[in-house]
Amino acid sequence: MAGVSSTHRVYIATMYRLSASELTKRFGSRKVFSGITFDVMTGEVLAIVGPNGSGKSTLLMTILGELRPSKGTVVFADDRGVLTEADVQRTTSLVSPYLNLYDSLSGEENLVFFSQVAGAQITGKEVNALLERVGLEGRGPDLVRAYSSGMKQRLKYALALMNEPQYLFLDEPTSNLDESGKKIVYDIVEEYREKAVVVIATNEQEDQRFASQFCRLGS
Amino acid sequence: MPVNSAGLVAKTIAVYAKDVRLEFRNRYATSVVLMFAITTLAMISFSIGQGSLAPRLLAALFWIALFFSAMAGLSAAFVREEESGTALALRLKADPTAVYLGKLLFNLTLLSLVTVVVTPLFFVMTDAATDQIGAFVVVLLLGVIGLCAATTLVGAIISKAAVKGALFSVLSFPILITLLLMLVAATARVLDGQSFGGILMELQGLFAYSVVMITASLMLFRFVWRE
Repeated sequence: MAGVSSTHRVYIATMYRLSASELTKRFGSRKVFSGITFDVMTGEVLAIVGPNGSGKSTLLMTILGELRPSKGTVVFADDRGVLTEADVQRTTSLVSPYLNLYDSLSGEENLVFFSQVAGAQITGKEVNALLERVGLEGRGPDLVRAYSSGMKQRLKYALALMNEPQYLFLDEPTSNLDESGKKIVYDIVEEYREKAVVVIATNEQEDQRFASQFCRLGS
Repeated sequence: MPVNSAGLVAKTIAVYAKDVRLEFRNRYATSVVLMFAITTLAMISFSIGQGSLAPRLLAALFWIALFFSAMAGLSAAFVREEESGTALALRLKADPTAVYLGKLLFNLTLLSLVTVVVTPLFFVMTDAATDQIGAFVVVLLLGVIGLCAATTLVGAIISKAAVKGALFSVLSFPILITLLLMLVAATARVLDGQSFGGILMELQGLFAYSVVMITASLMLFRFVWRE
């Protein structure tokens, strides 16, 4: 490579892209949203905003393939082309009030289980590092049913960060969190806005300050 | 976190081990299935009293007890995921095939446990008897596999429905009726003293049923799980 010595290699990060085109969702005769179109890439943050009941969570679930759109398409892609279903699963993480972890497993057991079913093998050291990152150090062996709602939300972030996602979806990202929890979340968003596609569904003004694009629902 | 090439087997075992661990801590399905089976057996025993029943009738009663026990508990593997809100995390992170196989293994373990408890009780509480233990065990094994193969997929289908119990029975009945007829016929012949040679047709049918159900489930589960 001209201009680059043999001892120095240049790594160019893969750029990931999330596009939606004319996305529409109906439940029976009730239209939740329609004509949603956006295109976000690694390094960008899309904020989905709108009043309660405007369909923010429904849109997130539709993007993630949990709900089938009534019309329109969603495309996950990288530099090489459209991602397969397995690639999307491997590169995507979600934190949402609708996503629960196993109450009868400990925090550590939850992380180990989800790493195993994802085809990875997380070490005890990595588990501790993740728990420390979200402020749950020392609480890993406790059953999740003994966690407060804020601690459960923190554990969801530990799970979300486990696969170092290229697509990070956050639904009401700071719900149930105290001030220190919110700071952890904002640090995470700050970090991942540089290296991933981040999509945030929120009504909080403070959450929206990271956004480079907005998708307004119910207006 | 480095992703290694952990295969389908490791993922399946992870799902299975998680379900066993949850069951061990909560006794969610075991207690329901066992209680149902034992209560049904007790009812049968009291109804028969000192009377003697034909082998075909005894075989039918035995499989009715196991069938309704399966109906009572085998859908729990998926229903529990939906009701506790963990299905979303599992769908987002896990390979659907590993989820199906893990749940199938869990149901096989559960129904095998029930069968191990119920079968001796059945012989004690009724006047059933056979000297063809090997043939009886093979019929039991194929019956448990067939019941689990069918009910695991149906459990996944009904897990998102509002009226799960009723729907589970309604959807399972047409799928399981062929299996139950073959099981009753094979068990009656074994109770009548026939060996492997006398139930070869039924054994072939039972084996084919399980192969077809598991193959079809593996092909269909991805769509059932995602919808």
